[in-house]
Amino acid sequence: MNPKVREPFVRITKRDGLASWRGWLIRLISLILALAVSAIVIYAMIKLNPLKVYAAMWEGAFGSEKRSWVTLRDTMMMLCIGVGLAPAFKMRFWNIGAEGQILIGGIATAAVLIYCGNSMPTWALLLTSFVVSSIAGAIWGVVPAFFKARFGTNETLFTLMMNYVAIQLTSYCVALWENPFGSNTVGVINQQTRAGWFPSLLGQQYMLNVILVLVLAVSMYIYLRYSKQGYEISVVGESERTARYIGISVRRVIVRTMMISGAICGLAGFLAVSGASHTISTSTAGGRGFTAIIVAWLAKFNTFVMILIAALLVFLEKGAMQIASQYNLNDFASQMITGIILFFILGSEFFINYRLVFRGKKEAK
Amino acid sequence: MKKVIALLLALTLVFALAACTAKNPEASPSAEASATPSADAAAVKIGVILVHDENTGYDAAHIEGIKKAAATAGIADDQIVWKYNVGEDEGCYDTATDLVEQGCTYIFSDSYGHQSYMQQAASENADVTFVSMTGDTAALSKLPNFKNAFTHTFESRYVSGVVAGMKLKELVDAGTVAAKNKNADGTIKIGYVGAYPYAEVVSGYTAFYLGVKSIVENVAMTVSYTNSWYDPTAEAEAANQLISAGCIILSQHADSTGAPSACEAALKSGTAVYCIGYNVDMLSVAPTSALTSSQNDWSVYYTYAFNCALKGEDIATDWSEGYATGANMISALGASCAAGTDAKVAEVEAALKDGTLNIFDCSKFTVDGAAVTTYLAIDTDGDWVGDTGEAIANGVFSESTLRSAPYFGLRIDGITELTK
Repeated sequence: MNPKVREPFVRITKRDGLASWRGWLIRLISLILALAVSAIVIYAMIKLNPLKVYAAMWEGAFGSEKRSWVTLRDTMMMLCIGVGLAPAFKMRFWNIGAEGQILIGGIATAAVLIYCGNSMPTWALLLTSFVVSSIAGAIWGVVPAFFKARFGTNETLFTLMMNYVAIQLTSYCVALWENPFGSNTVGVINQQTRAGWFPSLLGQQYMLNVILVLVLAVSMYIYLRYSKQGYEISVVGESERTARYIGISVRRVIVRTMMISGAICGLAGFLAVSGASHTISTSTAGGRGFTAIIVAWLAKFNTFVMILIAALLVFLEKGAMQIASQYNLNDFASQMITGIILFFILGSEFFINYRLVFRGKKEAK
Repeated sequence: MKKVIALLLALTLVFALAACTAKNPEASPSAEASATPSADAAAVKIGVILVHDENTGYDAAHIEGIKKAAATAGIADDQIVWKYNVGEDEGCYDTATDLVEQGCTYIFSDSYGHQSYMQQAASENADVTFVSMTGDTAALSKLPNFKNAFTHTFESRYVSGVVAGMKLKELVDAGTVAAKNKNADGTIKIGYVGAYPYAEVVSGYTAFYLGVKSIVENVAMTVSYTNSWYDPTAEAEAANQLISAGCIILSQHADSTGAPSACEAALKSGTAVYCIGYNVDMLSVAPTSALTSSQNDWSVYYTYAFNCALKGEDIATDWSEGYATGANMISALGASCAAGTDAKVAEVEAALKDGTLNIFDCSKFTVDGAAVTTYLAIDTDGDWVGDTGEAIANGVFSESTLRSAPYFGLRIDGITELTK
């Protein structure tokens, strides 16, 4: 190295082997900083006591039993999509298509509910929807995977385009099933009979959602960490050449993994239609297919950590809604607070992976 | 370390779940207790679900109506819980149940698409009254706590049509109507920007058209749909298309200022075109091209409903009133209105109020060249037998009497819909 080069005031070096407690400490500090900065913004812009605003956010997410359950339900939905995305991203397959896979699963479920609602018992409807929606999602996932494996197409663009196809298909189905005619909405499906809706379990409307997703999350954890296929996924993700060298069929792994990823995202659509909304529209996925990418990445594909991150994101969303309602704020004002908090949390990952070295300081060994 | 954290998280979740389930039995009786109807003014809590916020004309009219009614009925600000920007999807159901949780005993939603989620919430919360404004299934649902209400918007649209007709007559007399403003058969082109192709919109644009026609006989109207209640860009685009097609008068059943802004721009660049707005006074965005806006005063209904709530009385399942009770009107006339417009408007309004003027007089319009004598107004089960009776009696189509929401779905001669 040329010793005459002036050392920059600050430079960035990669951190290696940071103890995980220190990682969590950095995350905690960033959360506190985020709250502090939001507090300043809240006070400066809307002249409210920030602590009261935070209390309102908490109130919005967990203020009553019903709210806690809605928060839990939405967390589970987000988790489900994150779990679906985890294997794909672990394989470094940029599946931006969760949104479309959810919608396709949702359409499949809605079709079962609408066309078979009167002719099948609920358990059969649920089972059929479960199977049909996962197959639909799997197909939506396999198409870009096949082209990637076979012709080396760009999966990011391909999955993104598949979203638009799915959105248009949803609009078409909404027009097909609109009720009442001309309203451009499907409305609540099987409102009178409740056929094909998730039944209450242990007296809770959304218990089945929670159980289903937790089972999925645990299975995915085991699959990725302890199964041979899970190992293949991480090898392909680290280096395709290594995978080929040790005799893994990369093509097969890509197609198989995307089938699983798409199927779980399709199931998220089933969960959204049958387990929560009982309707289908282009807002059924509601951007969650994209948000869940954050969930999967931040958690480094650990499905248990995903619970925490999904919960945080849903909490922020519910909190923002509550402060908008309680303080008569414009939605944008409350979304700003959400933005600040997310920014800090995403930013903390930078400080976990890298460190700043200031001029004159010796690099710590 | 990671494993320990993962395990801790899993445990936390399990406990959280257990806590939620355990709480359940205690929670339900208290919910029942708080929901018992009370005539005490301080105990009434109102929930309001709005599809947008004060930035759209339609929601602004509701917000204003509710605030005015609350002041009249003596309901304090903190007795009203506002929920803005609630989409016409499952989010409405979540919002409605959340309002129930917050102790609201009367919940109002302002958009048509909220209805089916409101109905679902109503079927699950028998102690709370749900009103789906502009909805149409309350009576058919047979739920005692589910209501609909709608003003006679078609009346104010008719009156605004008269204003437009007066202007058109002036333009004809002045020779401003050019060849491009006329169809091959000599009828003058007017246009309408509609939201969705269903009865509420059809009823409104037909009334507007008949209003214009009552002054200038040879008009033909083109309706362009945006498939959205609020989409400034699409509304402006639809308006521009209609203007370039030669329409000389425009009106709208959509919530933004897109169309009037487009008219104002066209008028400034030399194309003669005038417009009629909806809900809000459009003079601020289109000072020269806007003539007036058809309006609803929702406070008439909200005052009625709030008073019922305070007295502990039942709200009517289908409420529908118009000019006669002040629920409908038009906004102040713009500077571009023709001379004599206010006198004509006063005459029409008086006739509407005393019932001597029937807007949907069957002798005034034809469908496929023939007069209409019978109409299947409401047939939800598809058996070709009206659910609530015949809409036409004594040569008059009576709108909004069989139920509050409009059901005039006839496509009459002289009006063309542009459907994609």
